[in-house]
Amino acid sequence: MTHPGATAAEAISVLELTSAAKDILEGSIPKLWIRGEVSGFKSYPSGHWYFTIKDADAAVSAVVWKGATFKIPAKPKDGDQVTAFGQLTVYPQRGNMQFAVTQLAADGEGLWQRQFDETKKKLEAEGLLDPARKRALPRMPRTVAVITSSEGAALRDIQSVIKRRHAGVHVLLIPALVQGEGSPESICAALERLARLIDAGAAVDGIPLPEVLIIGRGGGSREDLWAFNHESVARAIAACPIPTISAVGHETDVTIADLVADLRAATPSVAAEHAVPLLDELRDLVQKLSGIMADGLQDRIEVGRRDLQRRADGLSQRAQLVSERRRARTERIAQRLAQAAPRLVERRRARVAALAAGLEARSPLQVFQRGFSVARDAEGRTLTTLAAFVPGAQFELLVKDGRVQATTDAVHADAPHLRTDA
Amino acid sequence: MSGMTFEQSLARLEQIAGALDRDDLPLEEALKLFEEGITRLREASAALADAEGKVRTLLEQADGVFGTKA
Repeated sequence: MTHPGATAAEAISVLELTSAAKDILEGSIPKLWIRGEVSGFKSYPSGHWYFTIKDADAAVSAVVWKGATFKIPAKPKDGDQVTAFGQLTVYPQRGNMQFAVTQLAADGEGLWQRQFDETKKKLEAEGLLDPARKRALPRMPRTVAVITSSEGAALRDIQSVIKRRHAGVHVLLIPALVQGEGSPESICAALERLARLIDAGAAVDGIPLPEVLIIGRGGGSREDLWAFNHESVARAIAACPIPTISAVGHETDVTIADLVADLRAATPSVAAEHAVPLLDELRDLVQKLSGIMADGLQDRIEVGRRDLQRRADGLSQRAQLVSERRRARTERIAQRLAQAAPRLVERRRARVAALAAGLEARSPLQVFQRGFSVARDAEGRTLTTLAAFVPGAQFELLVKDGRVQATTDAVHADAPHLRTDA
Repeated sequence: MSGMTFEQSLARLEQIAGALDRDDLPLEEALKLFEEGITRLREASAALADAEGKVRTLLEQADGVFGTKA
């Protein structure tokens, strides 16, 4: 029977040998769990981890390839008691046997808890978990940003809840890998994109800038949620320019992202409920405000009206007082007038009588009564001077009881009847 | 519209409602506030009557320009 390498002439390459060993090992020993203590741990720049798993009696080289490290929350430390799941194999290029680890769990508090605690402690020390940092959510965002997988159930849940509560709210998805290798980087990139969008300050395609962010994913294994425990993700959430709601997995899952976010929601659906208020509730609120405002004005007007009424009352009282005083005065004057009138009439009548008497006294007829006479010529002209009498001419003499036909005999200039000194 | 968000309109409305509740506010001022309140109410109501919201995915081009796809 002959086989490769049976003779010197048929010598095989080293690689052929180590590759054959690899195939045999992998073919005969299935993937399995081993238990032991970590020692000589080293993380290489290539991203692979190398260490030894040993117990009291033996040791085996172990490797975690870069692609598998993302499933392991924290690097193990020397001395850790671990259980490791993997494949015993040979690295053909070096010819050494190694246990290729794909899952690693530490006994005791465990690697997950250790990673969680360490990150939390670090962020806490920086004040990123301070409750005072928590921002209030907007009461009515016009747009809700969502960072999650475009394929996942989380997005569908969020969409349907928002549509049910307020169909007018826009949803802007910023897709990210939420599990597996590269997911922390992908989530951070999505958060940075959101920050740039907010910073640009302009609506996109008629969608207003998001006012609140929901970041998360639906339920999954602890490994699936691992990205949300990543320190870089926590920092990016803390730096988000708009309020954040975290929604990672189920009720019982608490991640570092939950601690940093402004609000932690148990599930994506609950997050959507927090982000978007019920339209009806908002309508009620606006209605209520409208009522309060109208009532306020009504009351204010009522106060003004009463004030005005009070002043008006005061004014009319004063006016009444004034008019009463005036009426009294008028009455007094009228009374005085009424009293004075008869006396005035009397006085006037007396004066009229006196005047009448005077007039009578001056009447020409009175002159005749007193014995005087008046001479008139033929034309009726009163002859009052010496010159008016022409000797030989006739004239008429009016006396108390008739007329006398007379003729001027002579005129004499001397007039003893006019002398007052005689 | 004054460009106020629903949020701002609502906050201003609450402010106005509070101010109108004070009796010492001059009547003229009260009327002015009420008038503004009516404007804000209209805005807020209009925001609530908004059309169907869109669901879009954010895209960012290499030059940093944003767009969306359905």
